[in-house]
Amino acid sequence: MSIWSRVANVFRLDRTSREIDEEFAAHMQEAIDEGRDPEEVRKAFGSLLRQREASLDIRLLGWLDSLRSDVVFGWRLLWNAKATSAVAILSLGLAIGSSMSAFRIIDALLLRPLPIREPERLYALFRKGIGPDGRPRTTASTEYPLYRQMRAAVENQADLIAISYAARRDLSYSSDEETEKAYVQYVSGSMFDKFGVRPALGRLLTGNDDLSPGAHPVAVLSYDYWARRFGCDPNANGRRFRIAAVEYEVIGVAGRAFTGTEPGTITDIFLPTMMNEGVTQPNSSWFRTFVRLKPGASANQIRDALSPIFQAYQEELAKGFKGWPKDRLQQLLSNQLVIEPAAAGVSGLQEEYRVALVALGALVTLILMIACANLANLMMAQASARAREMALRVAIGAGRWRLIQLVLAESALIALSGAVLGGALAWWSAPLVVSMINPPDHPVRLVLPADLRVLGFAAALAAFVTILFGLGPAVRASAVKPASALKGGTGPRSRRRMMHVLIAAQVAFCFLVLFDTGLFTATFDRLSNKPTGFAADGVINVITGARPPQSVLLWQQVARQLRSLPRVETVALASFPPLSGSMEGGFVAVNGGQPGGALVRFLSVSPSWFGAMKIPILGGRDFEESDASPGVAIVNQTFANVYFNGESPVGRSFETNRDHGMRCRIVGLVLDSRYDDMRGPMAPVVYRPFRSVDANGQFRTARGAAFVLRVSGSNPLALVPMLRREITRAGPGLLVSRIVPQTELVEQQTIRERLLAMLASFFAVVALLLAGIGLYGVLNYSLLQRRRELGIRIAIGAPARDIVRRATVDGFAMVLAGAVTGLALALLSVRYIESLVYEVKATDPAPLILPALILFTAALLASVPAAIGAVRIDPVEMLRAE
Amino acid sequence: MPKADSLQGSLDLLVLKILSRRPRLHGYAIMTAIQSMSGEVLRAEEGSLYPALHRMEEAGWIRAEWVTTETGRRARLYELTRAGAKQLDLEESRWRAVTSAVNRVLRMA
Repeated sequence: MSIWSRVANVFRLDRTSREIDEEFAAHMQEAIDEGRDPEEVRKAFGSLLRQREASLDIRLLGWLDSLRSDVVFGWRLLWNAKATSAVAILSLGLAIGSSMSAFRIIDALLLRPLPIREPERLYALFRKGIGPDGRPRTTASTEYPLYRQMRAAVENQADLIAISYAARRDLSYSSDEETEKAYVQYVSGSMFDKFGVRPALGRLLTGNDDLSPGAHPVAVLSYDYWARRFGCDPNANGRRFRIAAVEYEVIGVAGRAFTGTEPGTITDIFLPTMMNEGVTQPNSSWFRTFVRLKPGASANQIRDALSPIFQAYQEELAKGFKGWPKDRLQQLLSNQLVIEPAAAGVSGLQEEYRVALVALGALVTLILMIACANLANLMMAQASARAREMALRVAIGAGRWRLIQLVLAESALIALSGAVLGGALAWWSAPLVVSMINPPDHPVRLVLPADLRVLGFAAALAAFVTILFGLGPAVRASAVKPASALKGGTGPRSRRRMMHVLIAAQVAFCFLVLFDTGLFTATFDRLSNKPTGFAADGVINVITGARPPQSVLLWQQVARQLRSLPRVETVALASFPPLSGSMEGGFVAVNGGQPGGALVRFLSVSPSWFGAMKIPILGGRDFEESDASPGVAIVNQTFANVYFNGESPVGRSFETNRDHGMRCRIVGLVLDSRYDDMRGPMAPVVYRPFRSVDANGQFRTARGAAFVLRVSGSNPLALVPMLRREITRAGPGLLVSRIVPQTELVEQQTIRERLLAMLASFFAVVALLLAGIGLYGVLNYSLLQRRRELGIRIAIGAPARDIVRRATVDGFAMVLAGAVTGLALALLSVRYIESLVYEVKATDPAPLILPALILFTAALLASVPAAIGAVRIDPVEMLRAE
Repeated sequence: MPKADSLQGSLDLLVLKILSRRPRLHGYAIMTAIQSMSGEVLRAEEGSLYPALHRMEEAGWIRAEWVTTETGRRARLYELTRAGAKQLDLEESRWRAVTSAVNRVLRMA
């Protein structure tokens, strides 16, 4: 009853009025049956219509009914102008969809709190300063003995939790041949309890599972992994699997919501930290330290308590660093301990994509603004077309608020349709964008729930957009003065001025989008066309591991076997492929002097590796089968430049802080090639023979290496099954972990840049399209408004040139004003995206001139119809119509 | 003869009272009941009766139901709800208070 029935009656208006009519009819029939005069009965009843209205007013919720009728009316207007409405809804849908996808990704990666107890109390420790390579760095890596000291020091104010970097590891459930991969994280036993995570099956790790090194071979699976790998089979509990040489037993499954602490990676298996070899190594830093504040403790207080311990530990550790340049050591020691909130987790993906995502978020906001400006202009034009109708409504007593409601209802309809369309778009596009971040062997898995947060954002966006493009026109429409509007309209000048401002804003935003897109595409272009120094085409890396480590002779023997396979031209060995994310660094001294400040990269390679990679040998010779490390080395050009002033280093020698300070004789010089990144300057590299002997003259063992094959023909990946088979057969004890073409490793260096360039280009097209449509619409509208004036001009003999100029000059003035504003905005924006661009300067003429040219071309195209329309005005017909 | 307007304020009371005595009446029957029970003195006009009925229905004091009568005609029958019974008590006591106050004034003056 009451409010609900009145709400319901609004939506069954027909039935309600029919019932009222029927009741009245029954009443009259009753009276007539009693013998009363039908005429008199009808008279007594009075106006049936008024009676019904009176009853309806009682039985309906008044404001809701008027809202309903406004919505229906708005819908009819939209329906009647199908093409315009479709364009409006589509463009808004595109803009809202882009905003929602951006929000979904930004929220999932950067904002959403971890599903743990009191995430706001979670912090993480970082060390901030200059790294060994002389560049600024912030790293979360901690050594376990240091962690132990720190944990004890703040026991009363906070719980420290160690969580290793999620790493993709090889593991096997049955035989060693069948390895599979899973993301493994070593975590403090107390983590689950402190985070308030409950088991979905079995039990979780506790402090008792994390007491002494190597003594707790137990594992907890994540729910996601349990579902994927075991189909939620309860028998998974108790299953055993091997990682390296250790056999673990599954003791439980973590609750569904908890997917680890690294947004972008869903952890598969949690192991106790004590099972990591690093727990006893004082100089191995391999995990992040999380801090969970106890009530009353502050983050700064914790940092102040931990800093001295951290400094003392670093200094103690540095005493063992031999052969380091003094200033590098000093810089390392001045690293500071910082504490940052970690409610949303901590991951490398966050760091890499934070600025990029914010930049994309800004781009989509600009798109949204452009779309809103378009719609505001559309509504404004419609409002002026409806001025007479509005005036009539005012004349028969409609209140101002009622008129605002009328126009807002129409805006809300557009916004809502746009939001629904956008929601569908975001549903589909957000996972697509995330999948584009995927390096093939390291799939990014971001939890992208469509929950209240996302729905709330969509609703807020729709409301915001309605206000943004609807309120202005609505208020303007409601201010109509009936007398003058019914007489034929007031000067539309002020309305046109408002439209012009909006167009200028659109152009400015569009310029900004085009400009930033130019920077992003140029960056991608520069980076992807940057010479690597080697020929990646046709090179396959077979990355292989060995548990326990195998003698380098075994690797060499397998390499020889592979040489006989079809299509294989060259086979070589390297400790790891270039650009694969691995790095071995050290310092070098020449002529018995002090070590140089540059961080030298080391790579162990077999003979013919340079041939396989097609890296030219500039002087000296390649390694030979009889060469063994340490003792001989090949260096690259940068090395020669840094340490020998560009003179030929062949025949000279150097000492390193690696290999126990052994002297190395340089036997060859090769061309520079990319080692671990594409962006920085070329690094000095020392190549050593893969075949290495220890101090006693025994051959060393290796835990892993890459077979590097140059193969002929196209589609080198067709060889993968054969390579797996052959390596398993020829090299018992070797496990193939990953087979990757070198081209893929190179492409991976520019994933972020490619993503940015692609999305920005897409947005640039959208922005241009929307701004073009907007300009076209406004020029057309002005033309409509000025038909009379232009017609008279034509009648009195104005030349066509003059008419065209008059019809379009306003438009170009707006474009010019917008472009100048956009230029200023663009130059300002560069500061914020500096870290995303590479070898592109904002002050280069190209990124500035190109958007301007594109914009003016678009403006020219958009104004052609208006110009033609203006010239074609037939003054006779026009004046007669008036 | 008092006009319908003089029923002001008391129409709700009369309708509720009649429905409390004789449940399930249609609008016309309520109208004639007011007329006959008041000895043809009071008359509720259709123009005020139906808005009042519909208002009280929305307020939840009475509820209505469509039925088919013996004569085969559809009619909308009203009956008192529990809230309506309470409202009747309230209005009755208020009416008594008002009339006794008015009577006192008439006596004193």
